[in-house]
Amino acid sequence: MDRLPGIRPRESLGRRLDMAARWAFPASTTALLLLATAAPLGLPGQAEAQAAVALAAVYFWSLFRPAAMPPAVVFLIGLLADLLGYAPPGVGVLSLLLAHGFALRWRRLLVRQGFLLVWLAFTGLAIGVAMLQWALTSGLTLRLLPPAPAVFQALVAIGLYPALATLLTRAHQSLAAPERA
Amino acid sequence: MIRLSIPVRQALAKLTLPVLIAAAFVLMLLGKADTVLAERARMALADALAPLFGVLAEPLGAVRAAADGIGELFTLHEENARLRAENERLRQWQTVALALDAENASLKANLHWIPDPPASYVTARVVADAGGVYARAVLLSTGPGTRIAKGQVALDDRGLVGRVTELGARSARVLLITDMNSRIPVILESSRAHAIVAGTDGPRPRLMYWPEGQMPAEGERVVTSAEANAFPAGLPVGTVHVAGGNVVEIVPAARLNRLEIVRIFDYGLHGIAPPEGQPARLQAADRRH
Repeated sequence: MDRLPGIRPRESLGRRLDMAARWAFPASTTALLLLATAAPLGLPGQAEAQAAVALAAVYFWSLFRPAAMPPAVVFLIGLLADLLGYAPPGVGVLSLLLAHGFALRWRRLLVRQGFLLVWLAFTGLAIGVAMLQWALTSGLTLRLLPPAPAVFQALVAIGLYPALATLLTRAHQSLAAPERA
Repeated sequence: MIRLSIPVRQALAKLTLPVLIAAAFVLMLLGKADTVLAERARMALADALAPLFGVLAEPLGAVRAAADGIGELFTLHEENARLRAENERLRQWQTVALALDAENASLKANLHWIPDPPASYVTARVVADAGGVYARAVLLSTGPGTRIAKGQVALDDRGLVGRVTELGARSARVLLITDMNSRIPVILESSRAHAIVAGTDGPRPRLMYWPEGQMPAEGERVVTSAEANAFPAGLPVGTVHVAGGNVVEIVPAARLNRLEIVRIFDYGLHGIAPPEGQPARLQAADRRH
């Protein structure tokens, strides 16, 4: 476990449960957000918002708490997103795994930067992911799909990110922090 | 747990992402090769969520109705005037319709007309949008034991909604007429010309393949045709709207953006082979006997 010297609380059952809950927070809230955006809210652009929420959450947690967002969890979230979003299976999985890889690759650089640069990186990622999903869905359904939904999807993702990141940053510093257990 | 040395563990950790990316490609191929598997997984999830969404639909509907009600307060006066005028017009139509109905009944009695058998239907609640980014569909909560089959026709109170494409134990997915993959054989009501209504993923599907030199008129009613044996004749689809150029759109009769309850009709038509290979063969065998 950890070999640092110092005084710390006893490893009781309650504390271990607390740690586990904090560790599972990012993945479980992402899954819950996906389910919430699949609910019949009747909002315009809800399907696009669903894709945006998955991408933003996976990007955020991969960047700031990669231990709680391992690739296997990203895979499962992608699978849930594909099934809920009625996309060809694998499209969401691949795009979220690539987003995870992107976040890990630029992590050292981005974590030290302010919000604006993190958002800028996400903007590029969202555009790339929307294009990739459009191309993959077109290829898998053997039909040239209209590009407008892809553009809209990227815009929704970029627009939703600041609001979502504000909430997730609060959670990151309090609820999802195992060191505060 | 097996104890691994730190370099091996690090190497394994680095390998996870590429392996999972490869698995995503395998998943795509699998989904393409075996569409039934993907459909089953999707409908299993939909089955689990449909009751939950059904419960949620009540309070969410109340909230939406309250929001709509506040918006309506501001247009109450104009709305009232519009409805009065419309009521006046409909009253005139009602007398015409009653006269025609009586005439039709007497003509049918004289001709010994054999009426079409009434179609059986079930009513189901729309619980969620099931389209995703590139499709237009809705999810119905059907309850266990309801007799719904793929290919059956969904109608709301005003017109054609779509057809059942995927079926679970407690839910069904209806592909709307606005979806890109939807093609409906239709007849233009006044000119009796045949055409196809093709979805575009937008709110208005397009009219295609109408006879040359017979431009559809603005506002002309479009109804289903019995051609291809996929729909019964005469279900209202919408009205023609000429969008400029040679593009003719259809304004759907059904309120597709606010579907709450739809009726699923069983007309006993098997014009379109179900997508799964095996049942098609079975049905063909049934028909031969």
